Amino acid sequence: MKIPGVRWPWLLGGVLAVLVAAIAGLAFGPVSLPPGGVAVELLDLIPGVNLHSGLSERDAAILLQLRLPRVVLALLAGAMLALAGGCYQGAFRNPLADPYLLGAAAGAGLAVTAVVALRGADLGALPPSVPLAAFAGALIAVALTYLLGVGGRDRSPASLILAGVAVSAFLAAGQTYLMQRNADDIRAIYSWLLGRLATNGWHEVRLLLPYAVVTTVVVLALRRELDVLSVGDDEASGLGLHPQRSRFILIAAASLGTAAAVSVSGLIGFVGIVVPHIVRMLAGGSYRAILPLSMLFGAAFLALADLAGRTFAAPAEIPIGVVTAFVGGPFFVLVLRSAKRVIT
Amino acid sequence: MSAIVVRDLHVTLGKAPILRGVDLTVSAGEWVAVIGPNGAGKSTLLRAIGGLLPSSGAVSLLGTPVERLRRRARARTVATVAQSPVVPPGMSVFDYVLLGRTPFVSLLGRESFADLEAVRALLERLDLTGFGDRELDTLSGGERQRAFLARALAQEPSLLLLDEPTSALDIGHQQEVLELVDTLRRDQGLTVLATMHDLSIAGGYADRLVLLAEGRVVAAGTPREVLTEEILSRFYRAKVRVVDGVDGPLVVPVRSVSADWPSGS
Repeated sequence: MKIPGVRWPWLLGGVLAVLVAAIAGLAFGPVSLPPGGVAVELLDLIPGVNLHSGLSERDAAILLQLRLPRVVLALLAGAMLALAGGCYQGAFRNPLADPYLLGAAAGAGLAVTAVVALRGADLGALPPSVPLAAFAGALIAVALTYLLGVGGRDRSPASLILAGVAVSAFLAAGQTYLMQRNADDIRAIYSWLLGRLATNGWHEVRLLLPYAVVTTVVVLALRRELDVLSVGDDEASGLGLHPQRSRFILIAAASLGTAAAVSVSGLIGFVGIVVPHIVRMLAGGSYRAILPLSMLFGAAFLALADLAGRTFAAPAEIPIGVVTAFVGGPFFVLVLRSAKRVIT
Repeated sequence: MSAIVVRDLHVTLGKAPILRGVDLTVSAGEWVAVIGPNGAGKSTLLRAIGGLLPSSGAVSLLGTPVERLRRRARARTVATVAQSPVVPPGMSVFDYVLLGRTPFVSLLGRESFADLEAVRALLERLDLTGFGDRELDTLSGGERQRAFLARALAQEPSLLLLDEPTSALDIGHQQEVLELVDTLRRDQGLTVLATMHDLSIAGGYADRLVLLAEGRVVAAGTPREVLTEEILSRFYRAKVRVVDGVDGPLVVPVRSVSADWPSGS
């Protein structure tokens, strides 16, 4: 039976993309591991399954202790950023909305910088409360962008984004100021700002995971309401929805996911706009299809981007935010050009 | 029982008073058309009756003040087709009509099999069966209007509010849509309140007409009572002749009133 919003072929494709990206991310690097062995070693992790991958002890340690946490972190951060982007696009009814363009990421980034600079927290071992501070920063930033961009007379998609750019610039200035005041941390903060997926064991994954779960549960539970919101507040209200309330919950959830991702991986741009748009082109305009698929393809996208960043200039690493900007920047221009056609 | 009762409705948007004491009663199963010049407050009246504007107890639907209805209950009572509904980019016709089932879907739930069946039946009823997988924004004007109607009917309302349901359609599609509404009204016992632009067409389909001007009801009654040269020239500032047609009076604009047209009033 056809279930509304479920696109089985694309769902399978998304799962496959995640698996391929994960195995590629685990197999390639300074030391190449056989992808088959990697896959077997992963299956071996499942309780009750006992397989021998043929990997040496050293290779297994590289795989499980160095690469696996990093790939899992990339998958989680990618899923969060893409989910948040899709959710913002629906809640704002704006195809250009994205965690970065709305200022949410900058707000979260400023909050994390403040914690690091003022409280002396170590970026490599952030306390679990940091994502909450980042969440507050992201919410304030989005609220500002919303007030500046939607409150005025010009309600075009671009005006919201221009407001987001202004808010981001303002927050970035605050961040630069904090960094200059604390020259000791400047290098660490700067490398984190560019987006980084460096891991310290499973610490980052443990930090992100609970918030990622909350965001995913809330947004996916309400994904039907995003479709209802797409007909506008008046008609959504006529259909029995409380549009402002739904929008607030969805924006808060997306901001939480953004904040948690920013806390552990810095500012990684464009995932939230590139992935949902490609998914929309492939699987249609219903958010019930877009959101779960965006999570899968966002996860795969960021794991592959991380792989590219690690391998293209090896042994040096290209910051992942630079890789996603290389791909996402031109794509964003395409979206911008077609946005006039998309929005009514 | 009266389906819609409006008593002394005042609506002010910003600082501008839009409706200044409107009274209106629509009986169950009736088709009433709201007519009036541009800016008379027709759309605002429809929005207030649909519960989308605060009306401080002035509007009752099936005996209950609209503000006392919970949102979902209200959405199962009254459905509105806006003048130019938002067409969500990329949404399929099936998914769009399915949005009409929102008041029946629990908060975090998804549509039941019965909901999907209801949509399928509606698509068939409204001659849209082959369009389910098409994207709404690829449909022609008449097909789209049927999809809007289908979404409203998916709410299983007793009251259907239509804001200029045919303003974007050519004359053939106007007739097609209005005949469809009339058939649905008879089959399902719907009450229809529609704002309408074309006076002759309004008179041909509605049981009664309500003429709104500057936020007040200035004339109400059967088409023959409301569509008179005297009333129309006064409230529309229009030069018209009213002639007898098969389904009611026909309003014909003329350039010069002195022409010796046969007068129907």
